[in-house]
Amino acid sequence: MIVVIDYNVGNVRSVCNALRHIGCKAALSRKTETIEASAGIVLPGVAAFGYAISQLGGLSKLIKKLAIDGKPLLGICVGYQMLFEHSSEYGRHNGLGLVSGSVVPIPTNPQLCVPHMGWNQVKLPDDMDLFAGLGKEKNFYFAHSFYADVTNPQAKVAYTDYGFAMPAAVQKANVYGVQFHPEKSGKTGLKVLKNFVEICEKPPSKLGG
Amino acid sequence: MLTKRIIPCLDVKDNRVVKGIKFLNLRDAGDPVELGARYSDEGADELVFLDITATIRFRKTIIELVEKVAENVFIPFTVGGGIQTVEQMDVILRSGADKVSVNTAAVSNPNLLTEAAQRFGNQCVVLAIDARRSKEKLNKWQVCVKAGSEPTDIDVVEWAVRGEKLGAGEILLTSMDADGTKVGYDNKLNKAVSDAVNIPVIASGGAGKLEHLYDAIIDGGADAVLMASITHFGNYTIKQMKEYLAGRAIPVNL
Repeated sequence: MIVVIDYNVGNVRSVCNALRHIGCKAALSRKTETIEASAGIVLPGVAAFGYAISQLGGLSKLIKKLAIDGKPLLGICVGYQMLFEHSSEYGRHNGLGLVSGSVVPIPTNPQLCVPHMGWNQVKLPDDMDLFAGLGKEKNFYFAHSFYADVTNPQAKVAYTDYGFAMPAAVQKANVYGVQFHPEKSGKTGLKVLKNFVEICEKPPSKLGG
Repeated sequence: MLTKRIIPCLDVKDNRVVKGIKFLNLRDAGDPVELGARYSDEGADELVFLDITATIRFRKTIIELVEKVAENVFIPFTVGGGIQTVEQMDVILRSGADKVSVNTAAVSNPNLLTEAAQRFGNQCVVLAIDARRSKEKLNKWQVCVKAGSEPTDIDVVEWAVRGEKLGAGEILLTSMDADGTKVGYDNKLNKAVSDAVNIPVIASGGAGKLEHLYDAIIDGGADAVLMASITHFGNYTIKQMKEYLAGRAIPVNL
């Protein structure tokens, strides 16, 4: 069973719909027992960073502990941003700190709108198992105004081009995150979720340093 | 670089998808849940669902249908029709929509756009404009409300500019003159609006041939093209549209 963290943010329902569509047993919950018993955790989120982290409350400690102990974790959009150390969206907020880096505004550019909203191409590194079977590049649906500046040397990063090489996904051992919305990226997105479910079914690997 | 989007539109009346010509003579086009699932599966970039029964009053019954459609739609999903308050928007978003579109309510209460943007972010707020060509002035369009039944004195370009300032994140621009005619989009209208705003413009009304999509993007400056008749009645698949555009060097998500 995969648990989708239920914490009063936007896209929780869409993520559950998508997981169920690919035949995955998904539970929407914020109960400690359910989260502990799950094979993997999905942390969704459509909200401002500060609001999301405050709604997560005490769950952030639990999620962090389980991730360090090796449980697969997938953050989506703001759920992905919360994997990092901090964000500067409407003030300074601390994230879970599982991956080093900070969440900062997308630089403005006269040709490119912020929010970055729509389908953009992501270059998919061979060594990220989240993208297994998807080839070298695919389009995904994005909707965000901040991005994660990843500083962790051990983290694998996939990039998209939005006037600069912008991180679009990250992987550090069992911790995964995507800035885009796999639950809204059609068949390609469903494949990413399927890959995560398969990762959850494998024996655990530890996050460590 | 962001791709240009292909967006099928479900006009829903009495729980069925319908499609007319110039907003009249509605013809049945199928089941919204089935059509939604089909477009999501076929590779559409987004889906728009407009409850055209509502127009004046928000119907609670629509929520159930939105939930059912959303269960099988794995692309961004916009819902509109009769939405008047941020509370109603909240209900729609919780039912599985990613964006809400407002039309009549924004004209009678423009602050709604600001309230909605502050609460949900402007990426969630679509300003739908039903535009009718002015009979008196050349290349001027007037905003119509209540499913096109009521013309106002408001100029479409001015309203679009104001809508952006108030908090709209996108403009869904429908030409009532071209709607359902399949003679092509009103690209003078699309160009006038897309030149005046910095947010994406979705061209709507008039798609009949593949080159119409290209023209709306190139001549009309549209970021996305919306269609109903030509997809519902099987003239073209989403893939055919995308392959055609890609063949003419338009970036699309194939």
